[in-house]
Amino acid sequence: MENQQVEYVQRFTIFPRFLHFLVIISFLTLAVTGMALKFAAERWAEFVADIFGSFEVLGALHRLMAIVTFIYFGLNFVLMYQNWRKSGKSIMQFILHKDSMIPNLNDAKELVQTFKWFFGMGPQPQYGRWTYWEKFDYMAVFWGVAVIGSTGLCLWFPETFTIFIPGYWINIATIIHSDEALLASGFIFTIHFFNTHLRPEKFPMDPVIFTGTMPLEELQHERPREYAELVAEGKLDEIKVPPTPRWYFVVSHVFGFTALAIGLSLVVSIIYSMIFLYVK
Amino acid sequence: MLKVREKQCWLKLLLIICVVLLAGLVQNAAAMTDEDCLDCHTDPDLTVEVEGKTIQLTVDGEIFMGSIHADNGCVSCHEEADVEEAPHDYPLAKVDCANCHDEIAETYAGSLHGQAIDKNDPYAPKCTDCHGKHDILSSQDVKSPTYILNVPFTCGRCHQEGSPMTLTHNIPKKNILKNFSMSIHGEGLYRKGLTVTAVCSSCHTAHNVLPHTDPKSTISRVNVVKTCMKCHANIEEAHTKIVRGELWETEPHKIPACVECHGPHKARRVLYEDSLNDKFCLKCHGNPDLKKILANGEERSLYVNVEDFEHSIHKDKRIACAKCHVNVDHQKSPVCQSSGKVDCSICHAEVVDLYEKSTHGILVAKNDKNAPNCTECHGTHGIKSRTDFESPIFARNVPDLCARCHREGEKAALRYTGSQHDIIKHYQMSIHGRGLSQSGLMVSATCTNCHTAHSMLPASDPDSSVHRDNIITACAQCHLGISEKFSSSIHSPTVSKTDKKLPVCNDCHTSHTISRHDTAGFRGLILDECGTCHDHETDTYFETYHGKASMLSGGEKTAKCSDCHGSHDILPAYYSESRLNRRHVVETCKKCHPGSNRKFTGYLTHATHHDRDKYPYLYYTFWGMTGLLVGTFAFFGIHTLFWVPRSFRERFKRRRQHSHQKIMDGDDDKS
Repeated sequence: MENQQVEYVQRFTIFPRFLHFLVIISFLTLAVTGMALKFAAERWAEFVADIFGSFEVLGALHRLMAIVTFIYFGLNFVLMYQNWRKSGKSIMQFILHKDSMIPNLNDAKELVQTFKWFFGMGPQPQYGRWTYWEKFDYMAVFWGVAVIGSTGLCLWFPETFTIFIPGYWINIATIIHSDEALLASGFIFTIHFFNTHLRPEKFPMDPVIFTGTMPLEELQHERPREYAELVAEGKLDEIKVPPTPRWYFVVSHVFGFTALAIGLSLVVSIIYSMIFLYVK
Repeated sequence: MLKVREKQCWLKLLLIICVVLLAGLVQNAAAMTDEDCLDCHTDPDLTVEVEGKTIQLTVDGEIFMGSIHADNGCVSCHEEADVEEAPHDYPLAKVDCANCHDEIAETYAGSLHGQAIDKNDPYAPKCTDCHGKHDILSSQDVKSPTYILNVPFTCGRCHQEGSPMTLTHNIPKKNILKNFSMSIHGEGLYRKGLTVTAVCSSCHTAHNVLPHTDPKSTISRVNVVKTCMKCHANIEEAHTKIVRGELWETEPHKIPACVECHGPHKARRVLYEDSLNDKFCLKCHGNPDLKKILANGEERSLYVNVEDFEHSIHKDKRIACAKCHVNVDHQKSPVCQSSGKVDCSICHAEVVDLYEKSTHGILVAKNDKNAPNCTECHGTHGIKSRTDFESPIFARNVPDLCARCHREGEKAALRYTGSQHDIIKHYQMSIHGRGLSQSGLMVSATCTNCHTAHSMLPASDPDSSVHRDNIITACAQCHLGISEKFSSSIHSPTVSKTDKKLPVCNDCHTSHTISRHDTAGFRGLILDECGTCHDHETDTYFETYHGKASMLSGGEKTAKCSDCHGSHDILPAYYSESRLNRRHVVETCKKCHPGSNRKFTGYLTHATHHDRDKYPYLYYTFWGMTGLLVGTFAFFGIHTLFWVPRSFRERFKRRRQHSHQKIMDGDDDKS
């Protein structure tokens, strides 16, 4: 009953939510199957391979999810194109707009302000639609897919690639692929999880990426600049939505917690292995 | 002077002529000449009746003149015929050869044949039966019945199976002539025409033929060896394989007499019926209740199951009880009293010699109660050939036989301190064990194929068949092709002249757990096996895809050392025959990577990014990536570390404000 009093606003439409769903599914699978190979000497990796049956199954899933990755990578450009057409701006205006995903000077300012805020030297910045760490997460996917994807193709089709490149480049591709993947999973399962879900304000998770809606009150507190702009432009009522159905809320949480659990387990396993790998 | 001398000469000559003429006259006057005898005795109708029997008195003069007695003249034998005027009185007394051949006649009188004459045995042979009468010839003459080639025929006249003599006399040996002709001696005589081979008289003597039961006989147990050694001198040299050397000197009674193994007529096939035959032994030992009370009060059955023995290999070879239980003494009662243990080395000297040097033999010599002696494995009276399915030493039964002591928990396994455990269980699961028991392949290696049957020694002993230096030879008994291939590989001491330990078969294949090379278990082991020596190579292999995948389930499918380097034909890449040589490497990769090409083979299969000098590209890539990783985490790590306390502080502040608000609101409500 209390929920009905809370007002909700739309943050994500179905398309970006679907893309993020693809990211979660593919990224988790890629991370689990890939890390099992990278840390093959570890007991947990053996356990993972046993669950899936054999290393060949891991490899097949890894390649399948690579395809999914390339798909969402492509669909993201479709989303961008749609957003651009909807905005009615020129391409440069769209890219340089303050609500664009491209980092800008304001993000640098907010980063400095944020550090000041950490040390109690100033108020919390008036974040807008995208904070600088959200933009970093988004841009990291571009960088990651490009680097991991290209080296991954090298490893997938070494016989074809070595028609053009020397054989030892495959070794280099292996190192880049594997270490970049370590960086990506390490980052997502610690920094992204903390920034988005685990920090005290959001703990244990922020379901907005699944439900697409957030309480209006949260928008006021978390993104005061966006709220202010919406109020000023009189667009607030446009994005007001009824609360998410209870069942959808529950499903979102179950899915979200599962993904969180898998990611956290994996990162704990990786950290454990890294410590013992190098302590050894 | 000259005249006197001439006169003397003439006188001497005259004297000589007179003496010669006189001598001729005397002879003519005193005796019948052979011509005189033959005047009458060449008449084909010359006969005489003696006691109603007509006796032909014709003598072929020519034959007589060709005989060995021709020069002696008729009257030297027929003395009574030496009369002044023919014809002489008749009938004449029988010729007595003893007149001249007195020693032989005396010997002959004591012989079996001579005794028969005394007994008026109608078949008893007289001198003439063998030697002939007027046609008597030297035994060196090929026409003589006593010439070596003719002896068997001469004896055979009476001793041939079915002759009246054999039908009326009890001669223990049957088919003597037939067997002789098939024996090595008979073959030598008839087929090879050897005049030095043995015939009847060589062993039985010509004139002193005696039964073998007579101790004076040349064929008695006591004398037969001496008899055989007339031809077979130094026979002990030829028998070192089956008769332990010192026995000839120290315990000759333990050695079987020649004929016990080599049948006297049917050489090497039929054995003598000993005076102490099996029936005699079984009179007592056939009784299931026969027991012996040992010194410690225990009872031991002395029963011998004839059924067992009937099916044993010793029965097939006609080995009598007394051949093994040699210390039988006729003075004792029973004859076998304290005859002691059977010594198998009496016949199986070479094998026992090997056994005594083996661990089993050494332990038995130390009176180790658990150590196996011959009977432990071979059985006693029921002993069977190793080709007999029922035999404990038949290939299929060998693992079970050895398992009696070597199975985990059994006596041999308990005293074993080495590293090989559960050997029986492992063997049975191994390719050899399953080949034997499941596929029924009797050529599969069993315990004895590698460890030998009688010379088993610990692998640490340089004489052991499974010692490092000998194991290749042991395996090559069956896997000859592999061993030949191996001998031209870098692991072979003929190719690698090195002090380092080179691998042998069991280093990679193990000994008892040996399996097919394409099983997951074996493929998983390859890396460990090669890594024992090539640890750097396996360590770096594990840093690449092949190595990492090989550690996960299903990983046996990825390339292992041997898939690229080869196994038994392994050679360094600089050998042109090597699978990794420029000429072959593309093909080698193609086995798994059909699209393999020259550049593809440049993939570093043993790469490590920890070696800056060898792999600088990998090293700097790795550290570049690590820098990126550390940098990113450092920045966001700090970001997060400062965010957490601030966040908490914000929350507390807000909660405080919130509760303050509530109090204020409450106050408002009240007012």
